[in-house]
Amino acid sequence: MAAIDAATAGGYLLVLALVLPYAGVFLSLILGGRYAERIALVLMPACLGVAIAIAAKVLQSGKALVYFVGGWAPPLGVALRVDGLSAAMMMTAAVVMGATALFARANFHQQRELPEARAPLMFWTLFQGIWGALNAVFIGGDLFNLYVALELLTFSAVPMVCLDGRAETLAAALRYLLFALMGSLLYLLGVALIYGTYGTLDIVLLSGRVGAEPTALVAAALMTAGLLAKTALFPLHLWLPPAHAGAPPAASTVLSALVIKASFFIVLRLWFDIMPGAMNQAAAQVLAALGSVAILFGSVLALRQARLKLLIAYSTVAQIGYLFLMFPLAIGSAWAMTGSSGAFTGGVLQAISHACAKAAMFMGAGLMAETLGHDRIAGLGGIARMMPMTTISFGLAGLSLMGLPPSGGFTAKWLLLMAAIQSGQWWWALVVLAGGLLTGGYIFRVLAQTVAEANEPAVQHLPVARGREGIVLAVALCSVLLGLVPISSFRLLHVGRFDMLAGGLL
Amino acid sequence: MSAATLYGLSAAALVGIGLFGLITHPDPLRKILAFNLLGGGVFLLFGVIARRGAAAGFGGDPVPQAIVITGIIVGFSATALAVALLQRLFEENNRTAPQAEGSMQGAPTVSSHDGDRGGGD
Repeated sequence: MAAIDAATAGGYLLVLALVLPYAGVFLSLILGGRYAERIALVLMPACLGVAIAIAAKVLQSGKALVYFVGGWAPPLGVALRVDGLSAAMMMTAAVVMGATALFARANFHQQRELPEARAPLMFWTLFQGIWGALNAVFIGGDLFNLYVALELLTFSAVPMVCLDGRAETLAAALRYLLFALMGSLLYLLGVALIYGTYGTLDIVLLSGRVGAEPTALVAAALMTAGLLAKTALFPLHLWLPPAHAGAPPAASTVLSALVIKASFFIVLRLWFDIMPGAMNQAAAQVLAALGSVAILFGSVLALRQARLKLLIAYSTVAQIGYLFLMFPLAIGSAWAMTGSSGAFTGGVLQAISHACAKAAMFMGAGLMAETLGHDRIAGLGGIARMMPMTTISFGLAGLSLMGLPPSGGFTAKWLLLMAAIQSGQWWWALVVLAGGLLTGGYIFRVLAQTVAEANEPAVQHLPVARGREGIVLAVALCSVLLGLVPISSFRLLHVGRFDMLAGGLL
Repeated sequence: MSAATLYGLSAAALVGIGLFGLITHPDPLRKILAFNLLGGGVFLLFGVIARRGAAAGFGGDPVPQAIVITGIIVGFSATALAVALLQRLFEENNRTAPQAEGSMQGAPTVSSHDGDRGGGD
């Protein structure tokens, strides 16, 4: 079993990943809205650099990066720990957040001559708060620290939903907050049970101790249920469509691409790192069944939406379902089987490629809505002529969501499909295929409208910003290019995983 | 029955009541109160765990105690945020539908975005 990690060189990078965004938050609050944007834009490349440096170090050393806060080793102290999985998620977050920041400049720019407005200050402060909280989730090595990080994330994400202050976005934000709070308290209850039973909350120490005791099972069930409410897996998805569709485009991007992935990331930690011994096939089958319902139900509802942003939000509900298909395929079975490690890679790759694709879609939809002044799908006629770059980006992102080659989504779904067939669980393969068809349906529905002739002469509200279109295209290309990366290079995802170490496979 | 067991059962009861209220009450203010009950139950459970872990001259294990303090702060901020949102929502609804103000006392309002606040009291 995994022994206690020693603090490794380069641990200061983990501290930087936490301190930089929060320094930005405090500076923005002190200096006010006139400087908040500049602070965020200065810190952005720094944070990206830190994420790249961490990923490079992890890949190079083949081991997790560990830092002990205050020099106290667990169980007395709190550890920060980055393995390959967290490094990959941090990179994803940095890329999507960076693109979103560049995209949001046009919407949340404080003009020098105008009196200071509220929205820019709030947006840039919350934006950096979300970034810091995401990093805190990805590097947390202690279950209670993860709870605090999750709450920080919720408190930054909820106000993002109601930045415009309209009554319906306020109602959506309140509903989101209540779901999230219920989720985090269930998680905390699980943490209490685990501490009461095992006397530690350190992930590395727990991984060697937790077995299939009744308390561990109850704790795991509570924590998983709480995290599912935050990840918006069916049937706990009710808060997601109004919240993600009502938020400003730049905020929806971050919420849909990254924020829900943070709680999913903790589910992965829980199931694969902390208590692989306590998890059984029956529970994994339940998770995957919920995921399957989410895929089918979310896709069908997406097909029926009249507004583009709601369609994309329901598509998120559906794509979250794919993330949970990996559990019965990757858990329990011998790691020597290529299928199960393939399922893990596929699930994580789905999270990463969905982040890029959904970011491109929400930003593209925002641009279309700004140009047309509305986001009714039936009124999109002629938009392909006005903004060809955005339409192509939407199509490319759709390619990844559908799972057509070459795209990150294809590789992810292919790996899941292969794992399903190899492990004899063919029913999940059917779900993957049906979900792909339905996704194709709703993407095509939008694209067909965009290339249709405008039935009324399309009114252009604002001139098209080519630079912003370029950002959307770049993010969409990321989701496609992920599919061209050879699968063997996703070895990064397995660096520092306990079960791999135990199996001697690394 | 030892004191720890008694407190543990009270914690479980609080968690149950809180969860029940959070799920069944349609009124957001009651949901927020139920969230606080649920939180109280969880903190009490941490207290029980701290007491059970008393050793080496300490009256209780300090780690869960530290966790409770942090948890209370987080729960307090969450309540503040939720109440602020609720108040903003209430003001916004009254502003956009001023004609509904007169009928507030008697018949339920027919304002279109009232779905979340119906029932309760």
